[in-house]
Amino acid sequence: MAASALHLRLLPSPPAGVQPQQRRLRSDALEPYMSRRTVELHWGKHHQDYVDGLNKQLSTSPLYGHTLEELIKEAYNNGNPLPEYNNAAQVWNHHFFWESMQPEGGGSPEGGVLQQIEKDFGSFTNFREEFIRSALQLLGSGWVWLVLKRNERKLAVVHTRNAISPLAFGDIPIISLDLWEHAYYLDYKDDRRTYVTNFIDHLVSWHTVTLRMMRAESFVNLGEPNIPVA
Amino acid sequence: MAALRTLAASKKTLSLALGGARPLAAAAAARGVATTVSLPDLPYDFGALEPAISGEIMQLHHQKHHATYVTNYNKALEQLDAAVSKGDASAVVQLQGAIKFNGGGHVNHSVFWKNLKPISEGGGEPPHGKLGWAIDEHFGSFEALVKKMNAEGAALQGSGWVWLALDKEAKMLSVETTPNQDPLVTKGASMVPLLGIDVWEHAYYLQYKNVRPDYLNNIWKVINWKYAGEVYDNVLA
Repeated sequence: MAASALHLRLLPSPPAGVQPQQRRLRSDALEPYMSRRTVELHWGKHHQDYVDGLNKQLSTSPLYGHTLEELIKEAYNNGNPLPEYNNAAQVWNHHFFWESMQPEGGGSPEGGVLQQIEKDFGSFTNFREEFIRSALQLLGSGWVWLVLKRNERKLAVVHTRNAISPLAFGDIPIISLDLWEHAYYLDYKDDRRTYVTNFIDHLVSWHTVTLRMMRAESFVNLGEPNIPVA
Repeated sequence: MAALRTLAASKKTLSLALGGARPLAAAAAARGVATTVSLPDLPYDFGALEPAISGEIMQLHHQKHHATYVTNYNKALEQLDAAVSKGDASAVVQLQGAIKFNGGGHVNHSVFWKNLKPISEGGGEPPHGKLGWAIDEHFGSFEALVKKMNAEGAALQGSGWVWLALDKEAKMLSVETTPNQDPLVTKGASMVPLLGIDVWEHAYYLQYKNVRPDYLNNIWKVINWKYAGEVYDNVLA
């Protein structure tokens, strides 16, 4: 898409290995809500460091050979995380985060996704407020998520600390927002509220959400309403 | 006599002038419940720690982050007071997270400002006296201590603090880390902080970006060892 695209280097084709998913995103594509400088640092340094760190660990680790999601579950070790956990989870979390956003995003969803949100939150407004509130209630570093809870078969907003993701609890993430200070400090200083509001109003990619919900429906029977399958 | 009376009167006026917190605090104190806290002044200008820590960071750190912890801690205390008076145990327990986080933030940052000193006023000068000897004895050398604190500070995942701690019962030094705003006492009731280094990203991001090790290397230039030594001497006196 652009000459200044950044990309990640993941492990080169191990058997069931870490999938090299490369995303070419112009680093100024999310302005003015997320600055070019933030994207370059966040992706090019923070995210890249996690990738490099994980690759380094996997070169001598018995966990080599898992897919990234398997690796995260293994390394989470039921709450007693192994050394690979942090890097693995953060690689996954950040990739999921970038894909949760698009230029000219935000607004509100349509069709099946909107229906499911209205069913599980009462209204889109309720969901939006819940999302913002949960983000502000998180103390310290972490993430806020829209997840599809497998057992309850409904959407919910949750926040997690540090690198933990809902994958650890067996739920299906649908949206993620990075609440570590590095994600917003350059652009918003300590004003987490405006950062979260801008994300939900202007950056979140409902297109990606629809695709993720479609995929999630193959694992969780939501009954009504029907998310469109292509 | 007249002068003394004037002094006493002006002190009272001063305390009334400090605002509505006073009567509330007095009443609360009478009932044996926690009183409110206030943001301590910085003992130096925002820019006085440059180039180790930028003035922009110091201003935001003090006026925004620490001030917010103070505000939210006071709010939590008020709510705690109400919950205790009503005998609402669930509410009391529910408030503990906010108290730990905001109270811890206030406690930790209050120590932190004292841990820093402009270079022109002695910041960065290594410890002498009893603390200096104790460091050599326990860690091998001053450099070894710095290296250890830097390593633990850099390795800390997420947000938190790295401490040089004195266990006043065991009379031993140690390097500890605490997550988020957990104060050092959460590592042991007899732990006293001699030095704390804030490794939350807000403490360094505007200047050092993601390179936390650079921040850690540089902060030693403005560390106030004199304060650490005084605490050490007082605790072990």
